Amino acid sequence: MSGVPVTPPAASADLPRTGGLDLLATPPTPRTGWRVLPARVIAMCVVELQKLSHDRTELYTRAIQPALWLLIFGETFTRIRAIPTGGVPYLDYLAPGIIAQSTMFIAIFYGIQIIWERDSGVLTKLLVTPTPRAALVTGKAFAAGVKAVIQAVVVVLIATVLGVGMTWNPLRLLGVLVTVVLGSAFFSCLSMTIAGIVLTRDRLMGIGQAITMPLFFASNALYPLAVMPGWLQAVSAVNPLSYQVDALRGLLLGTPANLPLDAGVLVLAAVLGIAVSSSLLGRLAR
Amino acid sequence: MTNALTCDGLRYSFGDTLAVAGLDLSVTQGEIFGLLGPNGAGKTTAIRCVTTLLPVQPGMVRVFDRDAAEDRMAVRRLLGYVPQQLSADARLTGRENVSLFARVFDIPRRERAARVEQALEAVGLTDVADRMAATFSGGMIRRLELAQALVSAPRLLMLDEPTIGLDPIARTSVWEHIQAVRAATGMTVLVTTHYMDEADQYCDRVALMHQGLIRAMGAPGELTAELRERRGDGSAPTLEDVFREVAGSGLDEEGGKFRDVRRTRNTARRLG
Repeated sequence: MSGVPVTPPAASADLPRTGGLDLLATPPTPRTGWRVLPARVIAMCVVELQKLSHDRTELYTRAIQPALWLLIFGETFTRIRAIPTGGVPYLDYLAPGIIAQSTMFIAIFYGIQIIWERDSGVLTKLLVTPTPRAALVTGKAFAAGVKAVIQAVVVVLIATVLGVGMTWNPLRLLGVLVTVVLGSAFFSCLSMTIAGIVLTRDRLMGIGQAITMPLFFASNALYPLAVMPGWLQAVSAVNPLSYQVDALRGLLLGTPANLPLDAGVLVLAAVLGIAVSSSLLGRLAR
Repeated sequence: MTNALTCDGLRYSFGDTLAVAGLDLSVTQGEIFGLLGPNGAGKTTAIRCVTTLLPVQPGMVRVFDRDAAEDRMAVRRLLGYVPQQLSADARLTGRENVSLFARVFDIPRRERAARVEQALEAVGLTDVADRMAATFSGGMIRRLELAQALVSAPRLLMLDEPTIGLDPIARTSVWEHIQAVRAATGMTVLVTTHYMDEADQYCDRVALMHQGLIRAMGAPGELTAELRERRGDGSAPTLEDVFREVAGSGLDEEGGKFRDVRRTRNTARRLG
């Protein structure tokens, strides 16, 4: 049972100076009540930004797919004029849909990161901090939103280069940011919920791949609701991605949109997602 | 004086498997207490119950008189926890790893940098704090995890197999830093290990755990002296001899379930 014999302790040069650790003997005053949630959200978002600042590979590789959608699909269907967009050039019509799609793709696989954190012990340690599970999940959901916002900026820049005429009104852009974060919060919570059920990366990857395209095609990202068959319209009506696309289109292009309804659905979906995934987070820790 | 930790009839089952079968334990404030046993003895499950990761019945676990079932957040504020797995985030620097835990333990911004600095100093990582954790050696990663646990000034530091997979020099270094921090802050340390020689050398008291129960408890010197007296043959028994005697037969077949072995090997592999 014993391993390699331990060498006798020797005075190390890097041992701490006695008396130099006074702060480590003084516990901090805990935050209480409503102040816990924003503090944890900020902590998780800061960590996400720090990781992205150290390794930007993900940003570059993730820009490829939306660029291809806009360049190939968008340019081609603009020429064909096969999809009725109410007078808006198809590339313009498509750009908000691709923003929503590419940010959803990031969020829908966020659960893999949670399973990796479970396997590596990072999640275990976070669960032993004075952080309610709902606050931890909210923090993670908004951290996924940070990644999504950066992705959205990249897509907006690509679309601008391709000549898409979008608004630069700061208030509308703020609305875009909120919409992207709320949508990502929901889809990352959906992913964390699936992670809490299936518990392994392989299963989550399979389910993620199985649901992303149906969510995308059963929304108004590529074509308007009016051209969908009735059953697909019904599916689209309960798909939060449709509301996210509607809001993004309204904010970026100024097309008719029911912004209060879109915002309400996205907030409700995010809150529901946080509640369900929080209740399943404990399964990952066992 | 209030105990740092009291377990009273702690039980925990995974389905039909009873992992902890009625654990009675008291850890005194300021001591280094070792929970010893082979893989699968129930040490990690017991630790996970104390840390509130696993749910327990009221009255089973108390940390500085706070009930782990009824007052989870208060218990978590008293704990610093280093799990068996390598839990530092390789995608962050050493300083960022520690800062994250400073934030989630509500350390105010005005003293966050100073606390993080002291935690890094406590484990001898000040000079490499701004390097990515991915570039750290196995011993440095363990000390970084120690700094993450120390930054919130815990009163009970819980270390689950802190030296598993490390070479002898790195193991000694980790233990030296644990002892130095205990001396400087007076915090209580609860450590699980299956290295009996380490426990003999560094722990004030130990509990020998087997099949979910504590089979013997006391200072390492007392336990070996008692066995020497029982044997009466003049031999000098080790803590491992004590363990073999109190555990009885079947020890050779022990070694934990597949999941325990996989976790241990993964940690050892990642530490290189």
